[in-house]
Amino acid sequence: MAANSLSKTSSDVTVLRPTHGFAALNLRDLWVFRELVYFLTWRDVLVRYKQTVLGAAWAVIQPVIQMVVFTLIFSNAAGLSSEGVPYPIFNFTALLPWGLFSKAMNDAGRSLVTNRNMITKIYFPRLTIPVASVLAGLVDFGIALIVYVLLILYYTFAPGSTFTFKFTPALLALPLCILMALVATLGVSLWFSAMNVIYRDVGHILPFLTQIWFFVTPIVYSASVVSTKWQILYALNPLTGVVEGFRWSLLGVHSLPWQLLAISSGIAILLLISGLVYFRNMERTFADEI
Amino acid sequence: MNDIAIRVEDLGKRYRIGAAPERYKTLRDTIVAGVNAPINRLRRGSSLTATSKEASTIWALRNISFEVTQGQVLGIVGRNGAGKSTLLKILSRVTEPTVGSAEIHGRVGSLLEVGTGFHPELTGRENIYLNGAILGMKRLEIDRKFDEIVSFSEVEQFIDTPVKRYSSGMYLRLAFAVAAHLEPEILVVDEVLAVGDAEFQRKCMGKMSDVAQAGRTVLFVSHNMSAVLRLTEETLVLDKGQLVYRAPTQQAVDYYMAAGFTGAGERTWTSSEIPADAAPFVPLAIRLRDLQGRVADTLRSTEPITVEVEYRLDQSITGLRVGIYLLTMRGEYVFTSFDLDDPQHFEQMGTRPEGRYLSRCTIPANILNEGRYILSVNASSFRIKRYFWDDHALAFAVDATGAPGKQWPEPRMGPVRPALDWVIERL
Repeated sequence: MAANSLSKTSSDVTVLRPTHGFAALNLRDLWVFRELVYFLTWRDVLVRYKQTVLGAAWAVIQPVIQMVVFTLIFSNAAGLSSEGVPYPIFNFTALLPWGLFSKAMNDAGRSLVTNRNMITKIYFPRLTIPVASVLAGLVDFGIALIVYVLLILYYTFAPGSTFTFKFTPALLALPLCILMALVATLGVSLWFSAMNVIYRDVGHILPFLTQIWFFVTPIVYSASVVSTKWQILYALNPLTGVVEGFRWSLLGVHSLPWQLLAISSGIAILLLISGLVYFRNMERTFADEI
Repeated sequence: MNDIAIRVEDLGKRYRIGAAPERYKTLRDTIVAGVNAPINRLRRGSSLTATSKEASTIWALRNISFEVTQGQVLGIVGRNGAGKSTLLKILSRVTEPTVGSAEIHGRVGSLLEVGTGFHPELTGRENIYLNGAILGMKRLEIDRKFDEIVSFSEVEQFIDTPVKRYSSGMYLRLAFAVAAHLEPEILVVDEVLAVGDAEFQRKCMGKMSDVAQAGRTVLFVSHNMSAVLRLTEETLVLDKGQLVYRAPTQQAVDYYMAAGFTGAGERTWTSSEIPADAAPFVPLAIRLRDLQGRVADTLRSTEPITVEVEYRLDQSITGLRVGIYLLTMRGEYVFTSFDLDDPQHFEQMGTRPEGRYLSRCTIPANILNEGRYILSVNASSFRIKRYFWDDHALAFAVDATGAPGKQWPEPRMGPVRPALDWVIERL
């Protein structure tokens, strides 16, 4: 071991100097510290439900209660259309990516400030913190996905139900839809986490932004209620594309919304790249400003 | 092989004073500044803006250049605010320098504060992995050293207990154990030995010597001069952000200990010496008086010594305690005492209203041995805030003429020289 690390020494020279202008993205750093990403994710998952009575059941309870409430209000009371699918399924399909997004945005947005003692004491790529926060959200997403499968089974076999789950080739695109959700989530999270270091306003913005974002995303209603002339603008919300992608892939309720998906994923990728650039540029002063 | 481990050239770090912890930047400030900036520029021209920028910043470190060869153990000493921590933060890549450059050959491990990243809800085992990863260890590396870390920390029975249930001693031992098993080429250590009980400190020192003997480069920052003397060959002295002296450790320590003292038995603070976050506490003076009430810098061991700390509060402070630490020239603590040590007194003085104060105490006769001592001043509210700390406020000499045992002209060991009641019985 000692010999091993010493032989590395001769080539391993780091030059520290003030950086100016645009910082290089340098994602190699993140790869070198991939184990740290793993451990931080693992910590976030382990800690999340410590000292709670219900533990990981919260990952089930939250979306299920949401779905029940939304069904009562938006389907039974308001009578919103659900494109021929039972409303609970229609709604839950959207809650899957939305839950991932909203939880990760809130956790990751605050993650740097929560971990300030690490940032002011030790060097490691700061990107690992929000990235781990977002990845930790995948565990809850996985649990919600299991609940989703149970819900599908229930509606398929319940007496009197007309719903049948169709296995279409579109199902194969689900991983892509999840990836798109992650890209959008990470992009937004990077922006907010870096901004939160300097502007603590972010902590106040996040809760109500989450609320507004929820309603501009087709979760409780169908994207088809938005008139066609507004569709382009509507697609600028990357979550619109993500949710419609999920519904298309899992439920096959409509044909693939190409245009909407293209715009939304374009925005998601733009968010991620700009988030990375912003984060990298702000990173230089994190330890001094936080 | 190039045998330079660290090369620092003209390094400097400037901080904005406005970035004080109690004042966060808000979006509004940025928007307001953005709107006002062009107007201000029109009004006064840009040159004035430059000077106002200069005034609201402070150089925590400036014009620092030095080299460290591989395998060298270098001490860094300096008073609070001299820039030691800033230098270590730059070298360990936590923060960027404002000017200059530093070249680091090899992996840097830092012990800036042990236990960083420990999560109270996780068990000792989980924290070892997490902390190890944060410090830059690979998982396999941690697996291999796990048993060694656990046995070094002496917390075997509690390894699967959440660390929030640990005593502070256990917590520290575990944290240090993880950090001590890092194997970087360059190890940066800041004041980690100032904690824990004597036995643990001895163990830490042993570990540090091992690291040094294994041929690794170590930068060692401490207020404990005997630790610096024991571990390092050469030492840098920093003062007000500048590198003022570099010499073999014995010389550097002597220089540091003798520097900056007027020898008047009194020390006052100018406003530039008081950190901004000390407010509303304003230290005014610390002085020593002999039996006759004269301010003196050489005091007799056989007479009581009066210590006075004079200060002003611009606002009332709750839970304030003002106290002194007495240290030997080697930086070892002799004692600590606060003005509210007496519990009754403590009850009565819950809140100290604004105004000018003098906290006075007397060191009884026949306590101190001959030699030179240092007084530090500390004003703090327990667990809430340390308003002011000058670890090097005043130095003074003790003359042992007439003290017990003076009939033998030999130096006596130890910082205290008590007059004990001996009884000799013939049995």
